[in-house]
Amino acid sequence: MSTTAERTDVLVIGSGFGGAIAAYHLAAGGADVTVLERGPWLESKEFEHDYKLGSSYTRVFDFTVGDGMSILGGNCVGGGSVVYFAAMPRAPRFVFDRQGSIGRRMWPGAVSRDTLDPWYDRVEESLSITKQNWNDVSYAGGLWAAACNHSGRTANPLAVAIDNTKCVNCNWMMAGCRFEAKQSLLVNYLPAAIAHGARIRPLHEVQHLSRTPDGSYRVHYNVVHDDDYRLQAGSGVIEAKIVVMAAGAGATPVILQRSEAHLGTMPRAVGRYFSGNGERLNTAVIDEAKAAELFGLERGDGLAYAANHIGKGPTVASWDKLDGSLPEYSRYSLEQLYFPPGLGTILAQVPGATGPSWFGKEKKEILKQWASWLTIFTMIEDDNEGVFGPPPATGNSHRISQQMLGRGNLRYEPTKNTLGAWAASDAEVKEILEKDGLAKVMPWTNDLVGAYTVHPLSSCRMGDDPHTSALDDRNELRDHPGIFVTDGSAVPGALTVNPAMTIAALAERAVPGIVQAAQRRGISVTYGAPAPDGSASGRKNVLPLLPSARG
Amino acid sequence: MTLEAYADTIVPGEKRSADDRAIAGVSTGGGAVQAGALELLQWDATGIHDGLDDLVRLVNEHAQAYAAERGLALDPAVPPFVALEYPDRAALIQLLTKPGHPEKEFWVLLSLFCNMAFDSAAHLNTAQAMADGHPGLKAMGLTQPDADGLWRFEDYSYGREFARLHPDTTSTGSPA
Repeated sequence: MSTTAERTDVLVIGSGFGGAIAAYHLAAGGADVTVLERGPWLESKEFEHDYKLGSSYTRVFDFTVGDGMSILGGNCVGGGSVVYFAAMPRAPRFVFDRQGSIGRRMWPGAVSRDTLDPWYDRVEESLSITKQNWNDVSYAGGLWAAACNHSGRTANPLAVAIDNTKCVNCNWMMAGCRFEAKQSLLVNYLPAAIAHGARIRPLHEVQHLSRTPDGSYRVHYNVVHDDDYRLQAGSGVIEAKIVVMAAGAGATPVILQRSEAHLGTMPRAVGRYFSGNGERLNTAVIDEAKAAELFGLERGDGLAYAANHIGKGPTVASWDKLDGSLPEYSRYSLEQLYFPPGLGTILAQVPGATGPSWFGKEKKEILKQWASWLTIFTMIEDDNEGVFGPPPATGNSHRISQQMLGRGNLRYEPTKNTLGAWAASDAEVKEILEKDGLAKVMPWTNDLVGAYTVHPLSSCRMGDDPHTSALDDRNELRDHPGIFVTDGSAVPGALTVNPAMTIAALAERAVPGIVQAAQRRGISVTYGAPAPDGSASGRKNVLPLLPSARG
Repeated sequence: MTLEAYADTIVPGEKRSADDRAIAGVSTGGGAVQAGALELLQWDATGIHDGLDDLVRLVNEHAQAYAAERGLALDPAVPPFVALEYPDRAALIQLLTKPGHPEKEFWVLLSLFCNMAFDSAAHLNTAQAMADGHPGLKAMGLTQPDADGLWRFEDYSYGREFARLHPDTTSTGSPA
């Protein structure tokens, strides 16, 4: 049978940060690389401004409902980078010393802010990450900053991977950036990987892995129907000497669970210790007159704010509680965020409701004030409570709608630590935004689809302790040499900030080890490719050759 | 009629005529029904279209039981859920969607799509829905797109420094 299987040196599962970064470096180093991506491959011009089911908006992300936790994640070539809001802060120093639920440092000894900083630098260069200034900050970000200042707090314009000269502030980022302002992987690592020969196959959903007699891996996939993801359009197998798993923290452990019957026992931590990055949202309904009176806000036509729909996701965050001297579970960031209608609006609750708070007559009244909503995104330290149950028949969920909506097997019961941290952060958001009558605030309800994360992490995490980590400190799956995990599932715990930067930096850090493993398996590959467009590294190499530049 | 009554409980609207029984009429302007909830629910893209008859039967059974427990007399001329007054419709949906209810997932899903008909018109092209005056998008204050159906905002920032930066911020804008 194996005579009919296709072969590649390196098979990468998923094309988000973890997959694209590994694919680029390995292809640039000379390896034969194939990337399987479960979602479609859309070009910038195909990103529509349309909420209709079946438009690009619902094709490019998945909403997977679990028991106590729902995950919103990317589902397209480029993965999370296509649907994210491009906020790229580095994780604070204290995060790497976290103990979480295991009572001792959860990160590998080899990883700290100091050891990760050079890799953060590399991502910063590759994605042209810049610190925004106050002129870049959206109305919503400005209002949040003013409110923070009014209550004695600091506020920071965020570092983002956005080319603001191209951004039209349409606020459709979650549907993919039509204007190529957002520096998703579609405009850097992926084209660079393709230029070096990597092949990307969209709509290929990996089901499980098995092993060949020579120690390589066979990757079994289904082809997903182009429009209706509930349907399958075939299946196949590819053999590879190295497998890089980067299907996302909601899917990587599910593929490994399904592979256990073929590969043998998985490390205990596969599918455990899931973290939702401690995320939670609060919706404030702003009193426009108070916003004008308290902060002197005005944007013409007599409007003070009423600009929920204008801008580009998060632009300003408050980091006052990112203080390493505070105890664990009391540190968090508070970030202004745009959340489009369609999925989240139902979870917003009516402040002071006398009847039902998430639907009904009073809810409709606050929907009418939607333009005056200000959404605050909280990222606390949670307790890695999530556990994946037995895998579904295919993919990582039972798909309900033609796209977007599925039922997964993640179970999440927040501990007192997590609930306490959410409560403390909710109270602070309320204190800041209700001061002097600026707004009325309520957190999103967890009662409908559980807690809700847009940044799933830690379901297959790295660490030093085999009992509580699925990967060693070089991202290799314990007891299964040649399988590496480089997506958010490798991150050991919640980060208190947006995680894309850390996922990307860890993927960059993992690449030299993957290259070495590939070399040991006879693949002709080297390490050392510059950032995808090569510009900064190129300048660094050229300048010393120019006498005038030596100074 | 039952599904209309359910959708109207999630996002209520005004009666379409004086003898409209499905819509409770507790709110002015269009609600989920006027926004096209039935059209969205019956579309196979949602994945719940097949189960709608079962949901109608079940919610009416629940309505009957709810009324019996409370000694409410239901008008037999309409389905039991429709016969409930708005506060009772809302109270019943609260019971069905409460954590721990064995059918919770179905009712949350049904509620989600009823809401989406109003807040995002998920069954319609958004720019066209805006042009046609979709009641939900209009009520929420979405602005009209440019002529090419894309949104752009020339004015987007107050352009003012509003707060001190956190003292431990790196030169590239990260926590130190």
